[in-house]
Amino acid sequence: MAKHVEKAKVESAAPELQFGGVWKYEPAPESTDHFTIAPRYELFVGGQFVKPKSGEYFATIDPATEKPLSEVALAGDKDVDAAVKAGQKAFPAWKALSGEDRARFLFRIARILLERAREFACVETLDNGKPIKETRDVDVPLAAQHFFYHAGWADKLDLLFPGQRPEPLGVVGQVIPWNFPLLMAAWKIAPALAAGNTVVLKPAETSPLTALRLCEVFQQAGLPPGVVNVITGDGGTGAALVRHPGLAKVAFTGSTEVGKEIQRAVAGRNVELTLELGGKAAHLVFEDAALDQAVEGVVRGIFFNQGHVCCAGSRLLVQESVHELFVDKLRRRMSRIRVGNPMDKNTDMGAIHSKPQLQRIRELVAAGVDEGAVLHQAPCELPQKGFWFAPSMFTGVAMSHRIAREEIFGPVLSVLTFRTPEEAVEKANNTSYGLSAGIWTDKGARILWLAERMQAGVVWNNTFNRFDAASPFGGFKESGFGREGGRQGMRAYVRLRGGLLPG
Amino acid sequence: MSHPLSPVEFRVPPVDAIALETRAADLATRSIKKRAKVQGLCLAVSMMDLTTLEGMDSPGKVRQLCGKARRPLPLRPDVPPCAAVCVYPDLVEVAVEALRGSSVQVASVATGFPAGRTDRQTKLREVELAVAAGATEIDMVIDRGAFLSGRYGQVYDEICAVKEACGPAHLKVILETGELKTYDNVRRACRIALLAGADFLKTSTGKVTPASTLPVVLLMLEAVRDHYLETGRQVGVKAAGGIRTSKDALRYLVLVAETCGDLWLSPQWFRFGASSLLNDVLQQLEKERTGRYQRPADFSAD
Repeated sequence: MAKHVEKAKVESAAPELQFGGVWKYEPAPESTDHFTIAPRYELFVGGQFVKPKSGEYFATIDPATEKPLSEVALAGDKDVDAAVKAGQKAFPAWKALSGEDRARFLFRIARILLERAREFACVETLDNGKPIKETRDVDVPLAAQHFFYHAGWADKLDLLFPGQRPEPLGVVGQVIPWNFPLLMAAWKIAPALAAGNTVVLKPAETSPLTALRLCEVFQQAGLPPGVVNVITGDGGTGAALVRHPGLAKVAFTGSTEVGKEIQRAVAGRNVELTLELGGKAAHLVFEDAALDQAVEGVVRGIFFNQGHVCCAGSRLLVQESVHELFVDKLRRRMSRIRVGNPMDKNTDMGAIHSKPQLQRIRELVAAGVDEGAVLHQAPCELPQKGFWFAPSMFTGVAMSHRIAREEIFGPVLSVLTFRTPEEAVEKANNTSYGLSAGIWTDKGARILWLAERMQAGVVWNNTFNRFDAASPFGGFKESGFGREGGRQGMRAYVRLRGGLLPG
Repeated sequence: MSHPLSPVEFRVPPVDAIALETRAADLATRSIKKRAKVQGLCLAVSMMDLTTLEGMDSPGKVRQLCGKARRPLPLRPDVPPCAAVCVYPDLVEVAVEALRGSSVQVASVATGFPAGRTDRQTKLREVELAVAAGATEIDMVIDRGAFLSGRYGQVYDEICAVKEACGPAHLKVILETGELKTYDNVRRACRIALLAGADFLKTSTGKVTPASTLPVVLLMLEAVRDHYLETGRQVGVKAAGGIRTSKDALRYLVLVAETCGDLWLSPQWFRFGASSLLNDVLQQLEKERTGRYQRPADFSAD
């Protein structure tokens, strides 16, 4: 009897860490007095900001406060048509320009973007809800890098495709998502322009502001009118764009569902297509991994950008022998994620981007609980206004659970276990997606063995969610096709005329 | 003395250098302002081992340093005294005398500091003499030669022996991470010192470059954190050498706050070994109070 009491005592006194009780950081909000957001933004067509023929506008809000930021034009069919025509008009001269001259414009855009980096970071954070730390250190610098990098290819296209003559396609219709509004615009626009195409870009309905500000940069850089046109709007605008007969290519990043619709819309037409869609990426954590660093990588993999990342590492497959230890480490680490005001420089995780997205996350988390998985949530205070979700982790997840199969696109990690490398590979590949994977092991031979077997476009080793303009990005299976970035990314924006031998 | 542990006990998890440095750099971007800054800087003063370890050291110099440690800023009662004064063994008595009646501890380096290249008996005798002279904290150096040639048991034995010689005095084990070179080595050295009964893990002597760095201290904090969670025994960490600015000090405190948490945010469990850091911290504290930077000459040079 006495022994039992003693044991209970020992258990309750098990060493545990405490955080945030002794030394609290003061709020450190990024200042907002160095830029203004206009009350209204028009469409950018033919080098000018023009009122929409539709006459309609819609509001864009700050997801952290639900306060309206501005209103933007809603492009109707006629506006889409005008934008494509402006792209067609600009195409011959842009195509005829030498590579060096096109490069000059791209370099200029990159430099101006960096000069205005602070302002772009702030507007992106306000419009999207992601923390200023990320827009400042990731989104904006990477967007500029994509312009710099692709400027370098503009005058070296012949070297990319030896023995063949690369030609631009024409007007490219690009539809981008809300999770990396500026970065996705850069990913899409930079290679298209480098190759000599002209562009009609449709930003996401809920995060249009930085793409519109980027148009100001194009004007500052003196980019010829019509080379890039940006039309804001809703799903209808995007649908009208991809159906427009004047397009030579469609590039889309977004959900698998919409991607399939677009594929149907372009079927039977002479239109090139690249799709970058959803994901359900796996981390494979082996017992010999550098566990503390793997914890950081897993945290970065799923809580970066609130988990609104198509290549997010949303499934954690951990070797059974270190499962308990690793989950303990993760749980403690999650409790220290600072969730709150995205404009605060110390915020690690910001607001969920929109109400529908929050509902989708809640629905899937409820399904996880319902199906019997165990939910762990970081004990953090969430603001009253705005859209928020605490960093979450499920243990006891079965491969059949919805939370192990469906893309949640939120800060929710599903933890599963494996016993052998073969089982790890099988489980990692047992998904309809195939965008990315993360391998965590200290053993070189195992890294290579695993990387060969992963059905994923990107395989990260002992790191995660690292991006570089020189590294091709894209998917297997329902994660889409085509690559963005690197030499492979350039291939998607040219038509190759064969038969020419290098002279 | 034969060691009771086989090399298997000294096995440690691997460390990924890039990821460790990334995490340290990420935490270094924390923005510490206003009240949090003042609180952090006062905490840093209270954690400071004011150090002088030069051939030129004299009783006069040590007495001056002790005066500063007792009351770093006499007109600011809210600025706490430093944690300790750290000297060579022959000056322990002077420091003890000068610090009598204060909360400031007397720390002495020992065991053939900084190289540690003397025989075991001499090392132990030095520790005994320093403790007898009144040192309440002993900063020993590990035998890096033994460590780098794989004689981990020997390193372990020596720490055990020094710990015994310390008696009631606290033992800080200097790993000299700048000579261990790899993070894997640092992690293993941490493990050896933790198992051997160290009260504190300390980065450096200050005589080797690089001395303390953020990634190394992050790694050491992870080691003491894991040791605490495994065994319930709490061990402190001392970052020493190369820490000169308030900004640096706050960055180290952020590492402590977000790796080990509240339990380590006290002079009992985290220390700075520094000589020039104090005046920069005092200057920042005065700047926070008055809104203006004071001239360096407004702070005592000790």
